[in-house]
Amino acid sequence: MNQSSNKEEKIIKGIPASPGITSGKVFLLDSEEPTIIKRQIADEELPLEIARFEEALIQTRKEILNIQKKISEEMSSEHADIFDAHLLVLEDRMLLEEVISRLRKEKFTVEYILLDVIKKYIKVFSRMDDEYLKERISDIDDVGKRILRNLLGQQRRDLSNLKEKVIVVAYDLSPSDTASMHKKNVTGFVTDVGGRTSHTAIMAKSLEIPAVVGLETVTRWVKSGDYIIVNGNQGTVIINPTEETLKKLEVEKVLFEEFNRRLSGLRNLPAETLDGYRVKIAANIELPEEIPSVLAHGAFGIGLYRTEYFYMNRKDLPTEEEQLEAYRRVAIQMAPYSVTIRTLDLGGDKFISQLEIPYEINPFMGWRAIRFCLAKPEIFKTQLRAILRASVEGKLRMMYPLISGIEELREANRLLEEAKNELRQRNVPFDETLEVGAMIEVPSAALISDLLAKEVGFFSIGTNDLIQYSLAVDRVNEKIAYLYEPAHPAILRMAKSIIDAAHKEGIWVGMCGEMAGDPIFIPILLGFGLDEFSTSPMNVPETKQVIRAMTITQAKEIAQTASTFSTGHEIVEYLRNKLKEIVPEIVS
Amino acid sequence: MIAKKKFVVKNKQGLHARPAALFVQVANRFDSNIIVRKGTLTANGKSIMGILMLEVGPGTDIWIEAEGEDAQDAIEVLEKIVLDEYEPIQ
Repeated sequence: MNQSSNKEEKIIKGIPASPGITSGKVFLLDSEEPTIIKRQIADEELPLEIARFEEALIQTRKEILNIQKKISEEMSSEHADIFDAHLLVLEDRMLLEEVISRLRKEKFTVEYILLDVIKKYIKVFSRMDDEYLKERISDIDDVGKRILRNLLGQQRRDLSNLKEKVIVVAYDLSPSDTASMHKKNVTGFVTDVGGRTSHTAIMAKSLEIPAVVGLETVTRWVKSGDYIIVNGNQGTVIINPTEETLKKLEVEKVLFEEFNRRLSGLRNLPAETLDGYRVKIAANIELPEEIPSVLAHGAFGIGLYRTEYFYMNRKDLPTEEEQLEAYRRVAIQMAPYSVTIRTLDLGGDKFISQLEIPYEINPFMGWRAIRFCLAKPEIFKTQLRAILRASVEGKLRMMYPLISGIEELREANRLLEEAKNELRQRNVPFDETLEVGAMIEVPSAALISDLLAKEVGFFSIGTNDLIQYSLAVDRVNEKIAYLYEPAHPAILRMAKSIIDAAHKEGIWVGMCGEMAGDPIFIPILLGFGLDEFSTSPMNVPETKQVIRAMTITQAKEIAQTASTFSTGHEIVEYLRNKLKEIVPEIVS
Repeated sequence: MIAKKKFVVKNKQGLHARPAALFVQVANRFDSNIIVRKGTLTANGKSIMGILMLEVGPGTDIWIEAEGEDAQDAIEVLEKIVLDEYEPIQ
């Protein structure tokens, strides 16, 4: 059999869920439903079918309880909660009675009847106009498949005794899969479904292996043993790569590893210029699971901790306790370094399931972020109290997103005072000196940064939004993507004036947008006087490397010269050449 | 013995999510048959699927009917779940 020569290379694009590049053999965990044949049974087979069904239910119940136990020991009870829902489905009277009564009436094999009943439920639930109920589909599906596997006598392919290094490909990875996984031999995850904050993404990040999710049909294109490349940086999967692609990959990998090796030497070194000027390098995170990666890459703090994931993909609101637990964990693990928590920033391109945010034609300019929080003070204060309570455990700061004027800032601060008073009444301690900052990401805020600077402890420039609002470019619209220019003179002037205004009032300025992690902009931002660079953990070493290879005098000169050009293209060209002079070996 | 009572669901989430699960778990502790009625639709009160498929949103009128020895107790306990401002805090 000629296996590899007649296979064509295929590239599938999905959602990057965990960074890194890996290649290797596929371990296909599951794909579509097991094939069930519709077979009529004889009357005398009936008791046997019912007994088989009962046996499978007992077996399934045992399985679920085992996994639940294992997970609550290894991970948190929150992860184990999913299995309560699974048990409820498994023990559901309506479902069981329907299977039994149809079995008696129609006399097909129990596999066929069960599958049909499950399908019917899934169909009904998927038509419901309710996100929470739609999500129950995965519980029903998971339990249904488990019972079927037990009926068919097949075990779900077991991830606990993988003998060689593999990339796990599945329709979806459940907590039960990842809990039982032999983690050393898994080098990547690839799934049909899922998003950036799905269970698969969280696990991949905490295991520090690349993952691409939301590939829709990847399980249809691969078999166990196929060779694939997983690029968790770009969110692509290459199936059956050609010799040529593999060679390219090898070169890339070697360069990347070599580069990383050199950079890892930087881990414990400060971000200090050759002439002794120090800035702070921090990282952006979304989940507590990313902290090991933050520390491994040598960031001295978290400049942006996004909190939206608490509110997404669920029906109820996150409680104060639930948020407290996460913030506390981050504070403790990062101590003595600081962690800047951004308060809820929903709307725009980030949606929420349970909060009824009306459809908007122009969501980026609509009811979102601080505007939403000020309109829903109870939701906002719940988060504020959680942040305040966690502040005794480490060095926390917080900042408000999308501030566009002074009144918003004052109103947010007023609610913060209320939250503090509520805690004082409850005799709950918090850090009285907790620093509060404003994100500068709306042009109006940039223009009045001198006024805002008098009323906050720090600024954090959110470049992604600042660029799109200033240049009137929707960053989601591909047709005008060419207009999205971080190096536009307007943006650079704005960055400089924000930093100047802040320093005049004696407060510090950070930057947490993508611009802060792009090496070509490091010299100019350093020259402008930016105090904290916060970027994705992966970009931290490179940022440090650039800073450590230059002097502050040089940075100031670059900033000055760059400011004399009239187009973004000229500026990029100039900055790129300068970067090459400073760090000739940089890979970009 | 048969007991039945009409309620307006006060719970912000309706009879979904945790409240529904709680309802079913509690209903299963009773020997009585328990039925939840919304308009002309009915569901087995001991079935999570049944309850969820009724799609009981906040503000909906429902009837809970129990039939059996412990019918009265069942209604009383289930009433609390339906009427409580279910806040999973602490």
